[in-house]
Amino acid sequence: MKPPRFRYCAPRILDDALLLLEQQGDETKILAGGQSLVPLLNMRLAAPANLLDINRLAELNYIQPEDGYLALGATVRQCQAEHSPLIQERHPLLIEAIWHIGHMQIRNRGTIVGSLAHADPAAELPALLTCLEGSLLLQKSSGERLLPVEAFFHGYLETALEAGEMVVEARFPWVDPRAGWAFQEFARRSGDFALVGAAAVLTPAEDGTCQKARIAYAGVAGAPVRAWEVERQLEGQPMHEQTLSLAAEAAREVVGADMNDIHATVEYRRVLTAELTRRVLAAAWARRRM
Amino acid sequence: MHDQEETLAFTEECEVAVTVNGQRYERRVPVRMLLSDFLRHELRLTGTHVGCEHGVCGCCTVLLNGEAVRSCLMFAVQANNLFLTTIEGMAGTQSELHPIQQAFMEKHGLQCGFCTPGVIMSVHSLLHENPDPTDEEIREGLSGNICRCTGYQNIVEAVKLAAERLRPEEVE
Repeated sequence: MKPPRFRYCAPRILDDALLLLEQQGDETKILAGGQSLVPLLNMRLAAPANLLDINRLAELNYIQPEDGYLALGATVRQCQAEHSPLIQERHPLLIEAIWHIGHMQIRNRGTIVGSLAHADPAAELPALLTCLEGSLLLQKSSGERLLPVEAFFHGYLETALEAGEMVVEARFPWVDPRAGWAFQEFARRSGDFALVGAAAVLTPAEDGTCQKARIAYAGVAGAPVRAWEVERQLEGQPMHEQTLSLAAEAAREVVGADMNDIHATVEYRRVLTAELTRRVLAAAWARRRM
Repeated sequence: MHDQEETLAFTEECEVAVTVNGQRYERRVPVRMLLSDFLRHELRLTGTHVGCEHGVCGCCTVLLNGEAVRSCLMFAVQANNLFLTTIEGMAGTQSELHPIQQAFMEKHGLQCGFCTPGVIMSVHSLLHENPDPTDEEIREGLSGNICRCTGYQNIVEAVKLAAERLRPEEVE
């Protein structure tokens, strides 16, 4: 299990990195935390000619609160976000999602943006960013573009990233202070990829009903899934047992018909998804502020 | 300082300078050499074990600037100018074990011992962050290390004993 031969460069300046990408982007993979890419290399599932190591790009190591969202630069590690007092205070939902990522040893190297760019549909952060209706800032030497999350994820390990382009920043919108939120998942063992995971944000109305619901899933299809139908079941409704049951029933449909594998059948995933929906919604609703 | 800056180009080999257990090493290595292989083959520090080589088993866990990481998921070149601690750096002398090692010995926290170096490094990191972990927190902290022999019971007992001995107030 050794990686195939490749060539390597670790520039210190973003402009240099983008220049190298412009020249050789077709055959270059970006190496950030490496916690997904290096296993792929070791197992010879990927064999890029070049690895562009961005770990030394200090200018991308920022955690920046902005108007409307939290900006995280491409080299911010998961453990760095996890231990950030600013994020702990102002974006605890992000912390709760990070807690489900791999193990401490993985989070010590893995980056927030790297997990998004890798686009594993069972990963936590793509589902969280989908739930929050966040966005990603993509840059290449000729310019930058801001993509909403739904335009970024195309399918299993596939994104809108073009050759020569890299994700330089992820934007996680702030959660309404009145809203309740939760991230939960089912995994066989602590730290495993989720059989199913869910992020939920529920905003209460004055009259005690659910005004706005956002829920997204990991592990149920080839990309993170925003559950519009589940949200529709919740919005404008009192959060009774019956509402939760209808939402859980609707959630069964988010599981793709081809999600049969060694870990679980489609039917089992549907059962898990329904139960997880019930739990994550109850947990989120309990955290709302009236 | 001048290693990478002068040549802004993709290369197949690199100079690496790392400090491992307080000793500085310099080597020229292929860029694809894993840090785990660098430690074992180049530096002959074979205490760091290699199990799965894709980041699942935890045997190759080392401390990188004090943080536990999988050395099979990094390239040696990425450790350039950084500080590593491996299992060889734990005991103060040849005859004296580190308190964590001593606790593992006393509580039979190992059988075949293959996973043990990685487990010890993870426990070191865990107790550094959380000197008084609950059983739950110990199990969570060990979740990234697979042991096929012990069933983990005695490992948890060993961690509790080590934590007790390492806590400052217990020393008084």
